[in-house]
Amino acid sequence: MMVIETVAPSEIGQVCAAYAKRGFRLQTMVGTDERRLSGAYVVRYLFVDDVAHETVECRATIPADKPSYSSATPHVPAADWYEREVFDLLGLRPVGHPRLEPLVLHGERLGEYYPLRKDFDIAAELPPVVRRVAPAALPDGYFEVPVGPIHAGVIEPGHFRFTMRGEVVEALRADLFYTHRGLEKRAEGMPLADGLRIAEQACGVCSVSHALSYAQAVEALVNIAPPPAAGWIRVVLAELERLYNHVGDVGNICAGIGFSVGAMHGARLKEELQQLNDNVVGHRFLRGAVAVGGVAQGLGAAKRDQVRSALERLTPDFSALADVILSHGIVCDRLRDTGRLTPQAAARLGVVGPALRASGVSRDVRRDAPYAAYGALSIAVPTYPQGDVMARLEQRIAEFFGSVALIQEALWRLDSAPKPQPADLCAPLPSAAPFAYGVGVSESPRGENVHFVMANEHGAVERLRIRSASYANWPAVTSAAVDNLIADFPLINKSFELCYACCDR
Amino acid sequence: MWKLARYRMAAGIATRPLADILADQTGESGVPNETAPAGQLPPELLREWRSRLHGAFGGSLHLRHVDSGSCNACEWELTALMNPVYDMQRLGIDFVASPRHADVLVVTGGLTRNLAEAVRLTYEATAHPKAVLAVGDCACGAGLLGRTYAQSGRVDTCVPVLVSIPGCPPHPHRIIRGLLEVMARLEEA
Repeated sequence: MMVIETVAPSEIGQVCAAYAKRGFRLQTMVGTDERRLSGAYVVRYLFVDDVAHETVECRATIPADKPSYSSATPHVPAADWYEREVFDLLGLRPVGHPRLEPLVLHGERLGEYYPLRKDFDIAAELPPVVRRVAPAALPDGYFEVPVGPIHAGVIEPGHFRFTMRGEVVEALRADLFYTHRGLEKRAEGMPLADGLRIAEQACGVCSVSHALSYAQAVEALVNIAPPPAAGWIRVVLAELERLYNHVGDVGNICAGIGFSVGAMHGARLKEELQQLNDNVVGHRFLRGAVAVGGVAQGLGAAKRDQVRSALERLTPDFSALADVILSHGIVCDRLRDTGRLTPQAAARLGVVGPALRASGVSRDVRRDAPYAAYGALSIAVPTYPQGDVMARLEQRIAEFFGSVALIQEALWRLDSAPKPQPADLCAPLPSAAPFAYGVGVSESPRGENVHFVMANEHGAVERLRIRSASYANWPAVTSAAVDNLIADFPLINKSFELCYACCDR
Repeated sequence: MWKLARYRMAAGIATRPLADILADQTGESGVPNETAPAGQLPPELLREWRSRLHGAFGGSLHLRHVDSGSCNACEWELTALMNPVYDMQRLGIDFVASPRHADVLVVTGGLTRNLAEAVRLTYEATAHPKAVLAVGDCACGAGLLGRTYAQSGRVDTCVPVLVSIPGCPPHPHRIIRGLLEVMARLEEA
């Protein structure tokens, strides 16, 4: 049950601070242009209490002629990016924000260009980016290492600025949002059912999770539940996604220290899992399988057998590989104590997913706020207390086996149910109330993905806000890199395995 | 060490023969295949491939990847080219760390405003002769997101594209056939 607290724009920062003090965690923050409805903008902060399972929405209505509100960032550090993004895209100024630099729209602040305002045309051209790079004023013995946005490997773009003292990283700033594509604006005006294809584009490798979060947000908005068979198929899809991501990342962590055997066999197993995805769903990244109201395709007996036999073959293979990696002295030596994220830092920054669990905090959306058919399953949530790269590697290895067990259970449930008719796979979508909104949350391989979807008066998307796990976790990477050797940064970065695309959108 | 050796022995060789990869059309139903016309026999393709590779680049083609605003799916498929199954390096093709070392820029994504400058500078930094391979629907101008305030929706608004490989994302074997096309075009030029 969601509690809604409406406050004045000048007080919202203090109200958020009070919730943070009571142990609530900022889940997402959304700014909307509701001038058509009420002549004003609205900002909504969603806070959750993970122990009491309570959700609170703090809301402030911001008059169009005075677009500012009091910032929560001085009291709730996790609100930093959200407020800067809302200022960039909607022009609502968070008064009292400590670092109000442009975030999503690079370069100098543009002034009157606010793309998420309703009177802004999506294809309007913005002025080109003007970058002014000034050398940092550093004390003697310190220097800066700029890296990116184009990196040496086949990876996504981001700019990192390391402040170094010798080999040791003293501070790290990550400038992201290079791949900001205007995805949320593109979804606006699309029929609610079709918006899912846009949500899938947020991230190639968490497509299922984004599709699920979006579908659940719309389902909450129109108040329907997917049929039971669809719930079980959603579990299989979400766990197949976790498998290839986790296996791929185990390989990537090995690549980060030049341990070729682990890297190559991790890549081989990931390829086999992606071929399984292709055979079962028709897409190597499982796109197009989820639909609003259920799933887009069934999972017949032949396909279930295919999944089962592939997992029977790949599970012992991965288990042996994990054993090779974890019993290799040099590998363990490199991974232990590297890139440590303390539980306190994780809590302060609002970290989610395997990175949080590897810092000893037991939280998993699948168990704590069950969706799809997870409520009917017993979800083991392993945790590792150390918070270093080793812990994050072990975390993923443990979660691999958890996912295999969940898939086997879901397949068994599908076996014992009668063959589903098309109506058992997808519930029809009723029309949506104007300006109604829903929130969908799912656990991607990287952590909690939160989608906020609001409908307009024609039953189409009025506003989509995607808060991916990577968006929440990026500040943790910069925090974990401090006091490590710069040569270990690629390894630390890989151990968090964050996407740039679903952070930047 | 014993465990490692045993695991390597037990895992065997996963690499697919090149002829298999070139002939594989999995996941491409309904998508026009630009680089391998239907009916072409794999051995002929294989012979062509080998002659192109040795003729045009002395047995080595160096690629530099540039992300111009992709969703990360194309990146994963490019990375897959280097896994033991496709093992692109055995064909003399490899990704290099600098545009200065590259013959071909492999560009993914729909050219965001925030990356336009980086893509242009990377192209300028690449030595002649050079070519751009656009990988994926977004780079080719057929992406779902299209043109927005934040991206132009295609890379040829910034750099000249020699060959386009559509797909969301294109399958690794399709990318390999696209590389064949690049070599053929470079040889003609």
